[in-house]
Amino acid sequence: MSGVHVTTTINGDAVEFVCNADEPLLDVLRNRLGMTGAKEGCGTGDCGACSVTINGRLVCSCLVLGAEIQGAKVGTIEGMAKGDKLHPLQQNFISHAALQCGICTPGFLIAAKALLDKNPDPSEEEIRFGLAGNLCRCTGYDKIVRAVQATAKEMRGA
Amino acid sequence: MRYEAPETLKSAVTMLAKEKGLAFVLAGGTDLLVKMKGGFLEPDLVVDIKRIKGVFDITKSATGFKIGAAVPGVALGEHAALVKAWPGIVEGANLIGSKQVQGRCTMVGNLCNGSPAADGVPALIAANAKVVISGPKGKRTIPVEQVPVSPGRISLKKGEIIEAILLPKRPANSSDAYLRFIPRTEMDIAVVSAAVNLTLDGKGTIKDARVVLGAVAPTIIVVPAAAKALIGSKLDAAALAKLAAACSAACKPIDDKRGTIEFRTKVAGVLARRAAEIAYKRAGGK
Amino acid sequence: MPLDTNFTNQKFKQVGTRPLRPDGVDKVTGRAKYGADYNAPGQLIALVLRSPHAHARIKKIDTSKAEKLAGVKAIITSADLPDLTAGDRGMRDMLENCMARKKVLYDGHAVAAVAAIDQTTARKALKLIQVDYEILPHVTDLDEALKPSAPVIHNDIFTEGVEPKPTKPSNNNKRASFGHGDIEQGFKDADVIVEHTYKTEQTHQGYIEPHACVANVSPDGQGELWVCTQGHFVYRNQCAALLGMDISKLRVTASEIGGGFGGKTHIWTEPLALALSRKANRPVKLTMSREEVFRCSGPTSSTSIDMKIGAKRDGTITAAHGVLRYHGGAFPATWAEFGAMTAFACYDLKNVKSESIEVIVNRPKTAAYRAPSAPMAAFAVESAIDELAKKIGMDAVELRIRNAAKQGTKSSYGPVYGPIGIGATLEAAKNHAHMKAPLGKNQGRGMACGFWFNFGGQTCCDINVTPDGTVTVAVGTIDVGGSRASIGLMAAEELGLPYENVRVVIADTSSLGHNDMTDGSRGTFSTGLATIAAARNCIKVLCARAAKMWDIPEDAVVWEDGHAKPAGTNAGNFPPLSIKEIAAAAGNTGGPIAGHNELVADGAGVSFATHICDIEVDPETGRSTVKRYTVIQDAGKAIHPSYVEGQYQGGAAQGIGWALNEEYIYGKDGRLQNAGFLDYRIPVCSDLPFIDTMILEIPNPNHPYGVRGVGETSIVPPLAAVANAMSNAVGIRMTHIPMSPPRVLKAISARKH
Repeated sequence: MSGVHVTTTINGDAVEFVCNADEPLLDVLRNRLGMTGAKEGCGTGDCGACSVTINGRLVCSCLVLGAEIQGAKVGTIEGMAKGDKLHPLQQNFISHAALQCGICTPGFLIAAKALLDKNPDPSEEEIRFGLAGNLCRCTGYDKIVRAVQATAKEMRGA
Repeated sequence: MRYEAPETLKSAVTMLAKEKGLAFVLAGGTDLLVKMKGGFLEPDLVVDIKRIKGVFDITKSATGFKIGAAVPGVALGEHAALVKAWPGIVEGANLIGSKQVQGRCTMVGNLCNGSPAADGVPALIAANAKVVISGPKGKRTIPVEQVPVSPGRISLKKGEIIEAILLPKRPANSSDAYLRFIPRTEMDIAVVSAAVNLTLDGKGTIKDARVVLGAVAPTIIVVPAAAKALIGSKLDAAALAKLAAACSAACKPIDDKRGTIEFRTKVAGVLARRAAEIAYKRAGGK
Repeated sequence: MPLDTNFTNQKFKQVGTRPLRPDGVDKVTGRAKYGADYNAPGQLIALVLRSPHAHARIKKIDTSKAEKLAGVKAIITSADLPDLTAGDRGMRDMLENCMARKKVLYDGHAVAAVAAIDQTTARKALKLIQVDYEILPHVTDLDEALKPSAPVIHNDIFTEGVEPKPTKPSNNNKRASFGHGDIEQGFKDADVIVEHTYKTEQTHQGYIEPHACVANVSPDGQGELWVCTQGHFVYRNQCAALLGMDISKLRVTASEIGGGFGGKTHIWTEPLALALSRKANRPVKLTMSREEVFRCSGPTSSTSIDMKIGAKRDGTITAAHGVLRYHGGAFPATWAEFGAMTAFACYDLKNVKSESIEVIVNRPKTAAYRAPSAPMAAFAVESAIDELAKKIGMDAVELRIRNAAKQGTKSSYGPVYGPIGIGATLEAAKNHAHMKAPLGKNQGRGMACGFWFNFGGQTCCDINVTPDGTVTVAVGTIDVGGSRASIGLMAAEELGLPYENVRVVIADTSSLGHNDMTDGSRGTFSTGLATIAAARNCIKVLCARAAKMWDIPEDAVVWEDGHAKPAGTNAGNFPPLSIKEIAAAAGNTGGPIAGHNELVADGAGVSFATHICDIEVDPETGRSTVKRYTVIQDAGKAIHPSYVEGQYQGGAAQGIGWALNEEYIYGKDGRLQNAGFLDYRIPVCSDLPFIDTMILEIPNPNHPYGVRGVGETSIVPPLAAVANAMSNAVGIRMTHIPMSPPRVLKAISARKH
C-alpha cells in the first residue's frame, strides 16, 4: 500500500506525515505522531473520547481520514494549555473533581471548549446537550457540568 | 485503498466511473468510516469531494435553496434564512449524531446511506426536495424519495454523485417539523420518526400537507392518507386522530434491537400528531 | 442509632478536605498513559480471531495460509497454551475462556491470535485462518438453560449443593441457601403477602477504555506486561500460572486505567499477548476493539428472581423468601450466591431464606460489575417491599424503617452486624427535602435501599522519606477514581506533613509485595490501613533517628505536627526537629528512612445506602426522564469528600442506565446484536439531572479513621428506586429491567385494555 503524504498544522505547529489511505486521523495522531491525548473508546464516533477540532469545527478524529487534513488546522488536547498555564477548563476540571478515571477527559475538554467558544453563557441544558457526544462512565456527569458552568462564569468575568 | 481528492466534479465522476473495484464518495465520512472500521466495507477507492468548488455552499435564490453535498449539519443550523424557511429540515439534519458528528455529517450522505431511520431525510421528502445528480452521462434532477431503494441501497448508478439538494421556495403560511423517537436524549438512531410539512390559507385552514414516516418500513414512506386527514382542517382533535390512525395504518415495521412492531406502529401516530401541531404553529396556525 | 462513637470525635487536620488530585494535570493535558498509550520499540500488533457461533465444536484450525503471509510473526491457538492448571477448575476455565479449546462456548470466544508487523497485515492474516466448526445447539436465556430440553454446555458439570449429587450433567453448576428462622410459619403469620418474579437483562460495565496491553517476553523466560487492570499483581500471578512462568520473572506495570467497575479484574487477552510475544520473541501490543469489549469481555449476569415477602398489618415483615437465578456466562460461577447473600441484608428479619441457582449459558464469562449481583437482588426485594407498603397502606419509608437492620441484627447471610448505617440513611431520606417536593403530571417518586459487603484483603505499602524530607508512598492497588489523593491525605495526616509533600505512586509488581485487586470497594479502606500503619512505622524510625541526634532514649521522643519532640521536660530541652532536618541527617544516623506495612485488611465494614428518584413518563411513548435523584450513603469517614460524592454519583448514573435502557440483546442465532455504544445505551450527559448526594459518617470500628468502602453500594439501590418511581408514575408494577420505552408502553397499553 502506497502511503499518502500529508502536510498540515497541528496545535499551530507545521506537521508532515505519511499515512495509509484508509487510516483514521486518530490512528495518525496516536501511532504516527505520538499524540496519545485523543483516546479510542469506540472508533465509531459514539463516545467522543477522540474529539479534536479541524478548522475550528469539533469532530471525532476516528471519523476523519488522516489524508483529509492536508492543509487543515487541527487542534488537540496537547495544544490546550498555553505553556505552563492550564486553560481554565483544565483547571476547573481538576478543582471540581470532574474526572475520575480520566480517559474521557481530553475529549470532554475539547468539546467543552468548542461549546464555550460558540456560547460563552450556556444554560445547564445547553451544556448537557453540547456534551452529549462525550460518554463518561465514572462521574454521572454532575461534576463535569459544574466544572463547565464554573469555567463559563469565570471566563465571562475575565 | 486509494484516496483521491479531486478539485472538479467532472474528475470525481470520472474517477468513480473508471474504478473497477469498490469506490465510495467521501464527504463527512460519518457512515463510511464506521463501516470501514467494522470491516463491513473495504473500498478500493475513496473519492473525497470536499475540495470541489461549491460543495460547502448554501445558496438562496428565487426558486428556493441549494445545499451543497458537503455542507455539514452544524452549518445548516447556523444558516438563519434556511432555519426560518425550513425548520423541520434543519432540525432533522441537526439530530444526526453528536455535536462531533454534526461537524462532519451531511444531508446527502445521510440520504445515500439508504437507511429508513435516517433523521435527515423525512423532512426533505415532506418538503418535496430534489437532488441534482452528476454522472458520466451528465446531470439529472430527481425527487429525494427516489434515491433510497431498500435498506442500504440507493438508485444512483456507477459514477454518479449527488452534488446538491434543492429545496423549493416556501409559500406563505407554511412550515414543517420533524420528530423522532429515541430512548435516550441523544446519540441514538431513530426508532420511529415523522416529518410534516403544512401550508395554510389565510384563515388557518390547512390547504396542503405532506406527511412522511421513517423507520416503519424498508424505506422512508410518504403517507398520502395522513395528508388527506389534515387538508381542509384547522388541525382539530378529529383531524389529529385521523392523522395518527392513518400513520399507524401505513406502518410496516419490523421487530429489532431498537423497537418492536407494536411500539413503532403506535408511536408513529403519536409523533406525526405532535409534529403536525408544531408545523401548524410554525406556519402561523393559532 | 449509635451515631456518636469515639471515632466521630477525631479531629483531623487534612482528612476530610478536598485537595487537588496528584494525577490531575496529567489527565487534563492528555499526558497520562493508559493501556493503549504505550508502545514498545519493535512491537508487533496482535489481533484475535473470534467465533461467530454461540456454541460449536472446533473440528480443525488451519493457520498455514496466514503463516505464509509476509509480515506475520506468530500465530497461536489453544495448542500453544497447554493446560498447566493441574486440576484447578477455576484456572482451567480462565484458560479456556482466554482461548477456546475443543469447543467455542459463546459468540466472540477466541479461537486463534495473530501477531504481525502492523494492523493491516494482522487483519489480513485473520481472514486467512480457516476454522471448521460443527455447530451445536445453543442457549442464551437463563430460564431456558435450566429446562431439561436445553443443550448441556459442559458435560462435566454436576450441580453442587444438591443431595444426592446429580448423576446427569446440567447447566446448573451450583445451588446454595442462606437464612434463618421458619419461613413457612412466617408466611402463616403474615396478613399480607407479595409474590412476583422479577427479571433483569445482562449489562456491561461500559468502561470507556477498551482492554489493552503490551507484552514482552524474552527467550530466557523473563517478561514484562504493561496493562490496564484493576489488579496487576493478580494478573501477574494468573498469567504466569497459565503460561508456566515463574511469578517473579513476570513484571507487570499497571497503566492508568480508563474505568473498570469490576470488568478489569479478569484476564482475557493478556495471556494471548504474552504467548504471542514469547513465540515471536518481540514485544506485542494487543488492544480490544469496542465490539470485542462488548462481545467477549465480562459483562454481568442476567437474572430471574422469585420473590415472596409477607408482613403484618402493622408493617412487621414476618417472612421473606427469594429464589435467585443468575448466569455466569459459559462457565460455572457463584454470582447467584452473592445475590442471595445481599438480597435481604438491609433488614432485620425473623424468618428469611434466600436460595441461589447458578446457570451456565452461551454468553461470555461474566465478571464482577460494581457490587456484583447485589443490584438485581435489591431490585426484586425493594420492589416487593414497596408493593407490600402499598397493600398495607403504609408509607414505603416507614415500612423500611420499621424493619431496618441495626447493630446486633443477625444478617440474612449470617454475620451479626456491628454499627451500621441503614437506619440513618432511611431517617435522612424521610427528612430530606426531596421527599417532600411536589410532583408534576406523569411523574412518580420511588425510593430504595441497598447493601454491599465491601472487601479487605492482602495489601502492602512502602513509605520512603527522601533526603529533602518529602515523602513517597508506594502502593499496590491501582487508582480507579482518585485514590492517590485519599492515600496521600492519610499519609499526610499521620506524618503531619503538607499534602503537597507526599507523592503517591502505584508500584509495579517487582517493586512491592502482592496486593489484591482494587475491587470490593477496598482501595481506600485497605490501602489506607496499610498506609496509616506504614506511616506509623515510619514515625517510629523518625523518632529513633531524632533520639540518636539528641542522644536520648528512643521512647523519650514523640511525633507531633510533623516534628520530633522530646516527650517531656525530663527527656531534655531540645527544639523540635522537622522531618526535613531528620532526613538531611539520615546518612549519619542509620541510612535511608522508611516505613513499611503488610497486612490482610479485615473488617471492611458493610455499607448501606438509600436513594430517592423522581421520574416523568410520556404515557404515549413510554419514554421516561429522571427528573431528580438523591443518594444518601454511609461512608464511615469520607477521606476526600469530592471523590466520595463522585462514587455516589457515578454508581447512581450506572444504575439509572441499567434500569432504563442498557441491555444485551442476543438474536435467535446466539449472536450479540448490540456490541457498540450506539445500541448499548449508556446514559449521556443530557439524559441525567444533577445527582444530589448526602454523605453520612457512621464510623467503621475496624479502621483507625472509621473508613468504609464507598465505591460500590451506590449502584445497588437505583434499579429498584427507578422501578418504584416508574411504577408509581404509571400505576403499574414494573417487573422487568430495563424499563425501556417499548416495555413501558406495552405495560401502559395492557392496563388500558
